Amino acid sequence: MKCDLCDKPALVHEVVIQNGKRVEMHLCTEHAAAKGYVLPTVPVMQMLQQFASTGKAIKAQKSAARRCEACGLTFAEFRQTGRFGCAACYDAFMPSVAAIIERAQSGAVSHRGRTPKRIEGQADRAAIRRQLVKEIEAAVAAEQYERAATLQGRLHQLGMKTNPAADPPTES
Amino acid sequence: MSDAAVKTLSDSDVVVSVRIRVARNLAGFPFTGRASDAQRQEVLQMVTHAPLGGAFPNGLAWVNMNQASAQERQLLVERHLVSKHFAESTLPRALGLGHSEELGVMVNEEDHLRIQSILPGSRLNDAFELARSFDQALEETVDFAFHPRWGYLTACPTNVGCGIRLGAMLHLPALRYSGEIERVKRAAKDLHLAVRGYYGEGTDAIGNFYQVSNQVTLGASEEELLQHFRDEVIPKLVDYERTARQMLLEKNRPLIEDKVYRARATLKVARLLGAEEATKLLSTLRFGISTGLLHNLTIERVEQLLLQVQPAHLAQIHPFAAEEENGRLSRALLVRRALGDYVEGSPES
Ligand SMILES: [Zn+2]
Ligand SMILES: [Zn+2]
Repeated sequence: MKCDLCDKPALVHEVVIQNGKRVEMHLCTEHAAAKGYVLPTVPVMQMLQQFASTGKAIKAQKSAARRCEACGLTFAEFRQTGRFGCAACYDAFMPSVAAIIERAQSGAVSHRGRTPKRIEGQADRAAIRRQLVKEIEAAVAAEQYERAATLQGRLHQLGMKTNPAADPPTES
Repeated sequence: MSDAAVKTLSDSDVVVSVRIRVARNLAGFPFTGRASDAQRQEVLQMVTHAPLGGAFPNGLAWVNMNQASAQERQLLVERHLVSKHFAESTLPRALGLGHSEELGVMVNEEDHLRIQSILPGSRLNDAFELARSFDQALEETVDFAFHPRWGYLTACPTNVGCGIRLGAMLHLPALRYSGEIERVKRAAKDLHLAVRGYYGEGTDAIGNFYQVSNQVTLGASEEELLQHFRDEVIPKLVDYERTARQMLLEKNRPLIEDKVYRARATLKVARLLGAEEATKLLSTLRFGISTGLLHNLTIERVEQLLLQVQPAHLAQIHPFAAEEENGRLSRALLVRRALGDYVEGSPES
């Protein structure tokens, strides 16, 4: 993206609300400095990398290209319709799915109701634990501590520990 | 009379009906929207041919939606037995009907199965049991898509978990007249409830009938969801409406009487009646009956009329109503016969 005021690449991106209107600003290093933005004193390349890892646009692009192998639905298609194509989509689009569901379900992180009779006894506790542990790690990495705590609580509720060794050896 | 029965009767001033909807998908098939027509046919076969054990001794009647006429499909929409989306779809799909319409099963809606039970009054437990009996009887034959973490899987992630939505159709005229309904809507939102107009797709509730339903389907058991809705949500809303009615009658009795008696007078003499107008006026009659202002008329009769004045229902009673542009003449005649000078027995039945 180019600077709003010249042809150089923009390094400062900001969305400001002016008189109730959303205004996007994109400025190059010089023009940003001239406008009074204090730029962090880190090498440009490093800053770009930070943009790459935290920039929402880039992240969204990546996840939009993800595809469910079972039914072929892309995440972008899901985004458009809000509908999954098949049961496998739920795992294919993790962890985005978890975030979406938890938001839609006002923070609930897992099912507590009935289990179909046929799979009742064999409900795979190890799989639930594996998944929850994975998500706790992801939440901590993303500094979503509150969410991590909720997931942790769920794990305890299931009588499981974060440490796999503490769980009965149902895992192969 | 049991406590439950007393409660049912005494709530009918506010609670019109209750609804349980259960979303299920068969394991091993893409969801309806992404399945091939062959797969949709297969789902249809599996569900409609499943032995249901002793759950439905009289069986279910299956309606092939692609063979139903536009008017028949519209009739099902007006009875809230199928969604508009389902009525207008062209996919292979069917509606199962059992227990004198108290149970309906849409096959190949957004989810493979949308089991739905609607009962008059506050009979949530009965509705729940009915939907569950179908759910569990079918589960003996087929496997539902289930995830250890997310529970029953659905096409839309807002339905996962128990896959159960509980709803109540409430008549809230006093909350509307007093302007309190906006506050109720905000409070409902905080409680993760959806409040929508029952008639009319938009936010405006024609006749002050509202559909209240739970938004959260994950993280609580079926019984917890049911209990919360039955013992907390509904009684609170019923209380709120009753208090508003009392206040209105105490502070503004002439205004309310005027509204109710004018509605009755209009319905008795009108020569042309639109569906929306009829719904609004009948709603006011319902309010008049439940506040004790009107006698010689029952809520059941008004409710029957509310259904009969809908276009497809009207066309069933008066075949010529379909030819008339909006059925306004036929509708007025129907209502006059039911309430007006014709009132001896019930000539139209
Ligand atoms: Zn510049
Ligand atoms: Zn898929």
